[in-house]
Amino acid sequence: MAIDKNMQILIVDDYKTMLRIVRNLLKQLGFENVDEATDGSAALQKLREKSYGLVISDWNMEPMTGLQLLREVRSDDELKEMPFIMVTAESKSENVVAAKEAGVSNYIVKPFNAETLKSKISSVLGDF
Amino acid sequence: MIGAQARAQLESCLALLRDRRDAAAGRREIAEIVRDVLNSLQGDISARDIRLCEELESLAQYIQEAKNEIAALRPDEISQQHIPSATDELDAIVAATEEATGTILDCTETVEEVAKGLDQENAKKLEDAVTRVYEACNFQDITGQRITKVVKTLKHIEERVNFVVSALGHEPANGAERKPGKAGEQAAPAQDDAALLNGPQLPDNAFSQEDIDALLAD
Repeated sequence: MAIDKNMQILIVDDYKTMLRIVRNLLKQLGFENVDEATDGSAALQKLREKSYGLVISDWNMEPMTGLQLLREVRSDDELKEMPFIMVTAESKSENVVAAKEAGVSNYIVKPFNAETLKSKISSVLGDF
Repeated sequence: MIGAQARAQLESCLALLRDRRDAAAGRREIAEIVRDVLNSLQGDISARDIRLCEELESLAQYIQEAKNEIAALRPDEISQQHIPSATDELDAIVAATEEATGTILDCTETVEEVAKGLDQENAKKLEDAVTRVYEACNFQDITGQRITKVVKTLKHIEERVNFVVSALGHEPANGAERKPGKAGEQAAPAQDDAALLNGPQLPDNAFSQEDIDALLAD
């Protein structure tokens, strides 16, 4: 299945620099419709107001972390099927296990490169 | 054996000491109390009791010497000057790298726009270079998180120093009340998940992307 590059993608990170980097890398991959949020609660509000095809979220944010956002998404009947990629510096095995148990679609450890981002999006959404 | 009257006198003195522990009774005060106790014993004191009193006096002297040594280290300076100064410097590093990264991204986005007007071969070369710059700019986020970990450690040291100073009868330094700067701001941990907020790991401790992929595939 080919990826719909017109889909809305929500990126969530409390570092504006990271939002900008991910947005630019997504743009290079052909995704122009990218929205941003700076923590889990702001992201959750956007997800409930608008239709998105993918969430790419950091973990360590306040007041709502990426893991909490993931759990909220998976427990919401309207959002539970949402593809969700965690992009984080949290690289301990217990973090990956916790994210997996919460239902993460894929997991990228920072610092990452463009090829990793592309391959993880592809594994979640289909071929480019 | 100590008689009932002497015992009552001793207990009274110990109660006084306990009540005054926050005020950190000095060696002289403790010695005076011990002397009063000795005077009140009126002959019914044993060799064992004398050894106990000597130990008490020795302990009081040891506490006083420790207080003098710690005072000489000027622990207030650690929490009032050294640690705030270090955290300010670290905040400045985060701010400077953030600003520099912003400038790098501004320039890179300009290059990316200009590349669109070039022939396909050169445009591809520039696009690849631009991608590598974006990838390299990941460092700013990682740097910020590492510095936050260091600031958190410094704050912990500051708290312990203040605890020691307080236990020895000094007021904690005002630095204990100092709010952390930007780099010291921590995400409010989500109760049970707090143990999962470890930040970036050193290379030897970190799971690689390949390790993570394998774990997810299990």
